[in-house]
Amino acid sequence: MVNLKELAKQESKISSGHRMCPGCGAAINARMFMMGTKHPVVVANATGCIEVSTTVYPYTSWKVPWIHNAFENAAATISGVVSAYDVLKRKGKIKKEIKFIAFGGDGGTYDIGLQSLSGAAERGHNFLYVCYNNEAYMNTGMQRSSATPYGASTKTDPLGNKRQGKQEFSKDLTKIMVAHNIPYVAQTSISHYNDLIEKATKAFEIKGPKFINSLSPCTAGWGIKENDSLKVARLAVETCFWPLYEVENGKYKISYDPGDKKKPVKEFLKVQKRFSHIINDKKAIKKIQENIDKNWQDLKKLEKCDF
Amino acid sequence: MKNMKPLTGTEAASYAMKQINPDVVAAYPITPQSDIMHGFSQYVADGKVDTDLIRVESEHSAMSACVGASAAGARVMTASSSQGIALMHEIIYIASSTRLPIVMNVVNRALSGPINIHCDHSDTMAERDSGWIQMYCETAQEVYDLTILAVKLSEHKDILLPVMVCQDGFITSHGVEPVKLINEKKVKKYVANYKPKHSLLNIKKPITVGPIDFYDFYFEHKRQQVDAMQKAKSIYPKMAKEFSKVCGKNYRYIEPYKTKDADHVIITMSSTAGTTKEVIDVLRKKGKKVGLLKIRMFRPFPNKEIVKELKNKKTIAVLDRAASFGAEAPLYSEIRSSFYEEKNKPEIFSYVFGLGGREINPGMIERVYSELISGKAKKENYLGVRE
Repeated sequence: MVNLKELAKQESKISSGHRMCPGCGAAINARMFMMGTKHPVVVANATGCIEVSTTVYPYTSWKVPWIHNAFENAAATISGVVSAYDVLKRKGKIKKEIKFIAFGGDGGTYDIGLQSLSGAAERGHNFLYVCYNNEAYMNTGMQRSSATPYGASTKTDPLGNKRQGKQEFSKDLTKIMVAHNIPYVAQTSISHYNDLIEKATKAFEIKGPKFINSLSPCTAGWGIKENDSLKVARLAVETCFWPLYEVENGKYKISYDPGDKKKPVKEFLKVQKRFSHIINDKKAIKKIQENIDKNWQDLKKLEKCDF
Repeated sequence: MKNMKPLTGTEAASYAMKQINPDVVAAYPITPQSDIMHGFSQYVADGKVDTDLIRVESEHSAMSACVGASAAGARVMTASSSQGIALMHEIIYIASSTRLPIVMNVVNRALSGPINIHCDHSDTMAERDSGWIQMYCETAQEVYDLTILAVKLSEHKDILLPVMVCQDGFITSHGVEPVKLINEKKVKKYVANYKPKHSLLNIKKPITVGPIDFYDFYFEHKRQQVDAMQKAKSIYPKMAKEFSKVCGKNYRYIEPYKTKDADHVIITMSSTAGTTKEVIDVLRKKGKKVGLLKIRMFRPFPNKEIVKELKNKKTIAVLDRAASFGAEAPLYSEIRSSFYEEKNKPEIFSYVFGLGGREINPGMIERVYSELISGKAKKENYLGVRE
């Protein structure tokens, strides 16, 4: 268990005064993940909300070394940084133990940066990649990504007479990363700080590439109140819309099982404006619920597998 | 001679890289560059270098990893061609604007479409405004020497710009030439240890690299890049002279060949300069006053030096191995612009040649000279194309 009192004493590696929206899940993600290690960290950031809001020149919110290169290449960039570290350490020019972390949104990770991430994971560089998943291109004004859930309305899936909201389910990036056979893959959420920081700590201590997909509510994109980010993220977990689990060396482990208390997905959908057009559409709700139930059952089966 | 070795252009590049022993190399296969990485990978496999070789999944990631490694304080090199350069394009600009001294060996190859694997300069001409220093090599010897020089040039504290060292695909890259090698200890002493002023790995002094830069500062940063290029131009001659003590040759921005008393001059770059020299020797024997000006450094562009060298000539033919659709060919355009301020200027003609590896032979170059001498040259010509 993470000690909240101890955590509160830690100096944040990202300063206040950045320009993220109030209630933004991405800012919370960035701060909490970096709490997962006592070692110095170096950060690579894909273009996206965190990058544009924390480094408006000549200001920076980063108290740790930080690099932004472009949208699709945070993983390739951090692999260069890690390579430099490895060789300079081998040559005795650097002695300190340093941890490396890359942050990318779902656009920069599920979509445009997938190749870069896949390549870096396969090459085995020692870094942690965190996808702060707000389920759409929020930085560019809320367009759909391959992480956007079925039914959600976005600027590119607007509500029209013939077509309403996204027609496809999101792709399962976490499992795609599991298929890379890297030592550690996990899903977490800002609503569960214990789970998030424990997973971060574990990941930082494992050698090799690690991937964590963390749910990151966007108040503007999801149509939720500024003080409801954690509540909505919690509902995502409690409905099993966003299950918390980890896959260590190929072995699945569910981190949170609501059991009989598993809530219907409607509880999660009804508090968000992006789903308001389907909330009374029984067929759509049924389709979403069935998808969640199947995925949850599949996950439970995977946990039982003795690989 | 002991220190002479028969090498292809790609072998010359990888041998220079071995002697430089960079910290990080990130590269992706592409014809005709691949042989550079084959050679270098063998040096890594044999433990002859300390380099961390990142075998990336694309050229986009190659340049991205180079940016990360260079920002982390490593000495970084890569190599590519054609589509690889085009795929890197986005990050090529980021590398130079982040002021990272990365050295890239380019084996020039025509850009798609249609797809073609042979030489022209369309790939690097598309990067001429990217903020990289660009040098074009005639021979494997130049590839070897300039690769070593490029490391020092890019890392100079007043320059800090990435450098492309270009050679002609297949013609230079796969042709074997005798190359005079420098003693490895001498190379290592010359390039010395890279000590960057800033590094991501300096935990005590955290830096933010690649922030968002709006209308209130972006322009100043671009102006600084303009300045850095100007500085590269003014610092280079001294560096080349210093390097001549190491390699035995002073590599000027430009290389005149029999221009002193020439009336008619061809300007061109890379391997075609060699063919032109052969033609000049033949024509000189027939009493024709012809010469060549080889452009070695295309960015920064040595406009004043070119004018100084050629202002009293009667005619100039600029041979471009790239076209600019809807405008003048790139080198021709630069040369014309360079002479704009001159009162008495030579007549300047454009010859686009060799696209997609189309042959350029002595007969064709002889024809250019005869057109210059007879006054029959058109303003813009296409050499060796079926019209």
